[in-house]
Amino acid sequence: MTSTAVVYTSNSLVYLIALPLFGAAVLLLAGRRSDRWGHLLATALSAGSFGIGLYQLSQMLGHSNDQRVVTQKLFSWISVGTFNVDAGLTLDQLSICFVLLITGVGTLIHIYSIAYMSHDLDRRRFFAYLNFFIAAMLLLVLGDSYLNLYVGWEGVGLASYLLIGFWNQKPTYATAAKKAFVANRVGDLGLSLAIMITFATMGTVSFAGVQEHVGQASTGALTAIGIMLLIAATGKSAQFPLQAWLGDAMAGPTPVSALIHAATMVTAGVYLIVRSNFIFNAAPAAQLAVAIIGAITLLFGAIIGMAKDDIKKALAASTMSQIGYMVLGAGLGPAGYAFAIMHLLTHGFFKAGMFLGAGSVMHGMDDEVNMRRYGGLRKFMPITFATFGLGYLAIIGVPPFAGFYSKDKIIEIAFNSGGTKGWILGTAALLGAGITAFYMTRVVILTFAGNKRWDEKAHPHESPFLMWAPMVLLAIGSVASGFLFTHGNSLRNWLAPVVEPQLVHQSELLSPAVVSILALLLVLVGVGIAVVKYLRREVPEVAPENVSVFTKIARRDLLQDDFNEAVFMRPGQALTRALVTADNAVVDGAVRGVGRLTVGTGNALRETQTGFVRSYALWILIGAVGLIAAIWVVAQ
Amino acid sequence: MIKNIGWLTTLGLLPLLGALVIAALSPKSVAAAKRIAFGTTLAVAATAIAMAVKFQIDNVDFQFVEVHSWIPSFGINYAVGVDGIALVLILLSVLLAPVVVLAGWNESHGGRWSAKTFYILLLVLETMMIGVFSATDVFLFYVFFEAMLVPVYFLIGGYGTGKRSAAAVKFLIYSLFGGLLMLAAIIGLYVLSGKQGGHTFDINALSHLKMSSTTENFLFLGFFIAFAIKAPLWPFHTWLPDAAESATPGTSVLLLGVLDKVGTFGMIRYCLTLFPHATRTFTPVILVLAVISIIYGAFLAIGQTDFKRLIAFTSISHFGFITMGIFAMTTQGNSGATLYMFNHGFSTAALFLVAGWMASRRGSSKIADFGGLQRVTPMMAWAFFIAGMSSLALPGLSSFVSEFLVLVGTYTRYPVAAVVGSFGIVLASLYVLIPVQRALHGPTTPGNESLPDLNLREKFAIAPVLAVIIFLGFYPSPLLKVINPAAAHTIAQVGFTDPAPRIAQVGK
Amino acid sequence: MNAANYLYVSALLFTIGAIGVVVRRNAIVAFMCVELMLNAANLAFVTFARINGNLDGQVIAFFTMVVAACEVVVGLAIIVTIYRSRRSASVDDASLLKR
Repeated sequence: MTSTAVVYTSNSLVYLIALPLFGAAVLLLAGRRSDRWGHLLATALSAGSFGIGLYQLSQMLGHSNDQRVVTQKLFSWISVGTFNVDAGLTLDQLSICFVLLITGVGTLIHIYSIAYMSHDLDRRRFFAYLNFFIAAMLLLVLGDSYLNLYVGWEGVGLASYLLIGFWNQKPTYATAAKKAFVANRVGDLGLSLAIMITFATMGTVSFAGVQEHVGQASTGALTAIGIMLLIAATGKSAQFPLQAWLGDAMAGPTPVSALIHAATMVTAGVYLIVRSNFIFNAAPAAQLAVAIIGAITLLFGAIIGMAKDDIKKALAASTMSQIGYMVLGAGLGPAGYAFAIMHLLTHGFFKAGMFLGAGSVMHGMDDEVNMRRYGGLRKFMPITFATFGLGYLAIIGVPPFAGFYSKDKIIEIAFNSGGTKGWILGTAALLGAGITAFYMTRVVILTFAGNKRWDEKAHPHESPFLMWAPMVLLAIGSVASGFLFTHGNSLRNWLAPVVEPQLVHQSELLSPAVVSILALLLVLVGVGIAVVKYLRREVPEVAPENVSVFTKIARRDLLQDDFNEAVFMRPGQALTRALVTADNAVVDGAVRGVGRLTVGTGNALRETQTGFVRSYALWILIGAVGLIAAIWVVAQ
Repeated sequence: MIKNIGWLTTLGLLPLLGALVIAALSPKSVAAAKRIAFGTTLAVAATAIAMAVKFQIDNVDFQFVEVHSWIPSFGINYAVGVDGIALVLILLSVLLAPVVVLAGWNESHGGRWSAKTFYILLLVLETMMIGVFSATDVFLFYVFFEAMLVPVYFLIGGYGTGKRSAAAVKFLIYSLFGGLLMLAAIIGLYVLSGKQGGHTFDINALSHLKMSSTTENFLFLGFFIAFAIKAPLWPFHTWLPDAAESATPGTSVLLLGVLDKVGTFGMIRYCLTLFPHATRTFTPVILVLAVISIIYGAFLAIGQTDFKRLIAFTSISHFGFITMGIFAMTTQGNSGATLYMFNHGFSTAALFLVAGWMASRRGSSKIADFGGLQRVTPMMAWAFFIAGMSSLALPGLSSFVSEFLVLVGTYTRYPVAAVVGSFGIVLASLYVLIPVQRALHGPTTPGNESLPDLNLREKFAIAPVLAVIIFLGFYPSPLLKVINPAAAHTIAQVGFTDPAPRIAQVGK
Repeated sequence: MNAANYLYVSALLFTIGAIGVVVRRNAIVAFMCVELMLNAANLAFVTFARINGNLDGQVIAFFTMVVAACEVVVGLAIIVTIYRSRRSASVDDASLLKR
């Protein structure tokens, strides 16, 4: 929003959120009565929201690029002294991308879930949660201040918690849900601190206000805000060091993994960073921290992805890694924001498609998730194989599929960010591309190629139309979106008013062509190793135990849980136990001690009351003599 | 003698009237006693709402003022009046009272005395609560402050469970100890006022007293320790878990939800306005205690094995937040703290009532005795879950607004306290989600298979509470508008102004 | 004659009485010693009245006599009752005040 920007107001933005929220409320309040039609209502409302999103897009396209911001103020939410926050919504070029991704992919996943969850007794509740998630996520991207964003931010966290723990009768699933919520709360702590610092520094928490005053703030304060926002992003987007919850989050039903833990919610951190571009641009140290976290996570996730046998956990590790790319892109400043968002959108298509594919495979294989128990499924599930395969080509970055455009750009910009930093970040990103190729090839081979390794009892079959249709649509997105976004720099120009990309060309370390060739070479190497290792050789049905220590560590998620348990959980539990004991023994002990002291003193004094008249008389005499002596001494 | 009875006196007398009617009933008419008690509390709530409508928002003076001479030789008056802060707390008290009666319809059974006595005590307690928040005469306040202990003592000791007598005695003696210190400080004020233009207990007159800093510090401590025990602030908290564990759920709701607020209310009304200099002196120490309470209460809550004790410790953590907001000396902190008092009342009420229903169905309040309730009793599980979410201050629920205001308000003046205190929000997720997981999730454990879900009466009791929690989460303005002027006035009285944004400070 | 001598006698009597109360076990004797102390006090009062030349001391002495008379009635009654029930008038045998 530059100073010349014209801002329109609209009364229809709120319906984007209101429709799915209404659906969630109806389904939860109506209870079992809505079992028969609840899922249809939820899907229709989600689609309705998508329709409003498309309408808004058409409206925006009708204006020139600096006049596309639409706002709506609903009411004054919190107003105390100078702390004024409106319940207000803003739709700009950045948020419309998310609105369409959320409602579009969201609606497809609603449709998919109708079939996927058809045998579940609690399907209605599932759809209620899904609708709630859509509403919260839309609030996250539409809120016009950090505090409004925060409401959506925790709202999606709650939806995620409820959906991960959807089958919470299983204790491990309930634990996974709790773990996700707590890890997210650590991130939320960062967000709330960021808001506090922002208010203390600039006296406002709205995006527009902060952007206006950002020039007057000290670099120290902005760096602090930036780091806090980054902590928030690491929690929500499963970035290092708060990444441990995402693997366990796969306990949720697969459509949830596709929607929340791949396409939308986990990318909220990237949204936050890109939305706060004005802060990070003015705080280079924080921006560098973002890039470093992104680079670490993209390798971290990729390495875990190589070792996972659970198809969903392999995809989850891949998600973590791909979001690492986005965060890296966002950490590269104005040159990278647009490509971070582009990768986010293309990833939304191909990863959601692959997750739905994984769901389809599980659906046909009696909920088996171990890829070592799959094999040769392409004959039985041709559509799933085709759509999954297209997503696969997109993620490893084969031209002209979507990932090629978005990922290669991030690698290129990383290299060109200058100096040693550029070399390190670029190399990490390039290396990640190779590893991605390896582990994704491994997933495809283990699942669809080779010999069958499943029980005779399993009867793999293609999924019903309602399930494969969304997969096909997402596959089309995986194929075409990259080209569409890049063609004529369309997405970059579209986002320009929000993120102000530096169109000045930087000094080129490596030209785009060189980067593409290098990346493709590494991809080929990765694919080749995977083919040799898993297609040419027999795959054992049980994971071999005599593997290198590195594989073992990777299978244990690079010891992330062991670390958290050793550093936070066990000391925390010990501290809790110690405090409980201390509270009883010391604090309450002191209180009880005073009580006992009083009673004890009374008992001791009672002993002087012998009941014998003569002892009383003696005491009286002593007292009288003492009194007279005292008077006498004083009178002297 | 009293010709025109004002709003506040009417409000205070109504429950007493109900108590008299119940007292006139025959001991066997338990059902009638319940209905009369419920009707009375509803009438009081309606009257209070009617009064609140007439409240002038922009007026920072006490409103609905009534002054009648009571003990003229000591300058003691029956003087009542409310500002925004007191009004909100009175509303909290009178709104929770009918909920408590309805939710705990059968709580009076199995007590040491009759059901009649239970409701008489409850209604007398309501009168005391209204009185303590509306008194503008320090002596009158003291009388209500101490007299309030009596009905609670009998409610815990006569109708509680477990070691109820011990808990009641601990509560009584602990509170009396604090009250005694306050009495000494009040007498000190009285003597000082006598030296400066006539004996009085009027709060407005007393706030203009001049005193040496030593005197002021001692008097401040006399009040503050009494309020810190009541609130309760670490390390004066140990009576609360015992009392909450032994009391009936309804009593606990009033104890945690309203009575403890007298402590934090007293800090604003008496410590801040009567002793502004001492407040400045002691603020660092109190903030440290508040932050310790937040973190300590949260850790202790995580470590509890009993629902009721757990909720009591969460409250200690929340009272840490409230105290921190009060002594942050910003309008955000002070308004947030007052709103926090209101919201905490409702979210704790919800938690405690549901936990009480769970305990009475299962015959135990040990967390380990529950499991998989979401399958068996979905409504009850949902109610508990929403209440828990409110306790951990999920955005969109009322506690978030107040907790965030407290944190923001504190940060602008005392960043370190705010940062350390905000770790409480991470711990909050643990102390809520751990019992949620153990009791509601997982397979249904033996002994829980046939627990009945909420009945119609219980639904009617909990629904308004949850509705208030959700409504105020999105639209807190009605309350904030009432609180803001009073909070700003309080801050100004202590002599503080909100810190300007740092960019504006640089500009100067 | 020097009025102070009466005071010495009074002090002597009082001391004898006090020692008697403390050391004698027989309740009757202890009782008589109490009377002795009362009368020592009376003597002191009267002496002071004489020294100061007003009647206040004498008035108090009359009061004391009345009270002492009442005390004797009640006290002896108690002692006799205790003796009847316990066959002993030793003060060390009775510690009923303890409960």
